[in-house]
Amino acid sequence: MTVGLIHYLIVAAILFVLGLIAIISRRNAVGVLIGVELVLNAANLNFVAFSRYAERGIEGQIFVIFIILLAACEVAVALAIVINLFANLGAIDVDRAGRMKR
Amino acid sequence: MAGKEIAIIIVFYVTCGVVVISALIAVFARSVINAAFALFFTLCGMAGFYFLLSADFLAIVQIVVYAGGILVLLLFGILLTHRTLEELGIEKRTTYIAGTIAGLAFYLILIFIIAQGLWHQIPPKPMAPTTATIGRLLLTKYLLPFEISSVTLLAALIGSAYLVRRKEGK
Repeated sequence: MTVGLIHYLIVAAILFVLGLIAIISRRNAVGVLIGVELVLNAANLNFVAFSRYAERGIEGQIFVIFIILLAACEVAVALAIVINLFANLGAIDVDRAGRMKR
Repeated sequence: MAGKEIAIIIVFYVTCGVVVISALIAVFARSVINAAFALFFTLCGMAGFYFLLSADFLAIVQIVVYAGGILVLLLFGILLTHRTLEELGIEKRTTYIAGTIAGLAFYLILIFIIAQGLWHQIPPKPMAPTTATIGRLLLTKYLLPFEISSVTLLAALIGSAYLVRRKEGK
């Protein structure tokens, strides 16, 4: 048995589900961000695996470059929001962020 | 089976172990600091997967941008949002039960779909450098997304700097 496309898809599924669990369960906002990073990495792994094992050539890797760039943007903006949340609430518990409405 | 294939299989499963175990720690660790450091090993393992998939340029980008940039940004975020050293990153007890059940259900669906799918595979080509091809594509076919993404990056950086600025009168 050689390592094929299926193996990479399964690893990506595990990473995606772990990221999903972190997004659902974490109450610390930075923990939620870590979950988002895991989900994005799972998507990246799928793109690279398909670009190697399917006939689409190298274009999947270009998608991954754009995803990494958007992840960097997302983390910068999200951390700015988290720091604002901390300045206003004194904590970064996402359950208490509903108070921002008032 | 050739020795090279056995080596690839061993490297794949070792990388798998590193990625999955460190991702488990990143999700279930109580301290967010520990989770961020575990995420470092996950990201490096992903770079290993990219090497195995003959995406050498992406592996380097992954290490430089993710492990070197995004992770440091996350650590800054953790350190800037805690008042004392004692409560550093320690979360209150979180209930993972509902999230884990939902995640496992979703995982079963994903595995079902992956097992059902008739994935069309071609025998992989021998490993070749990809940097020149990616650079040429980025400056010809994907020039417009490339330029748009640079503007997006600029907008995100200005926006985040604006969000965390000190308010006047405080």
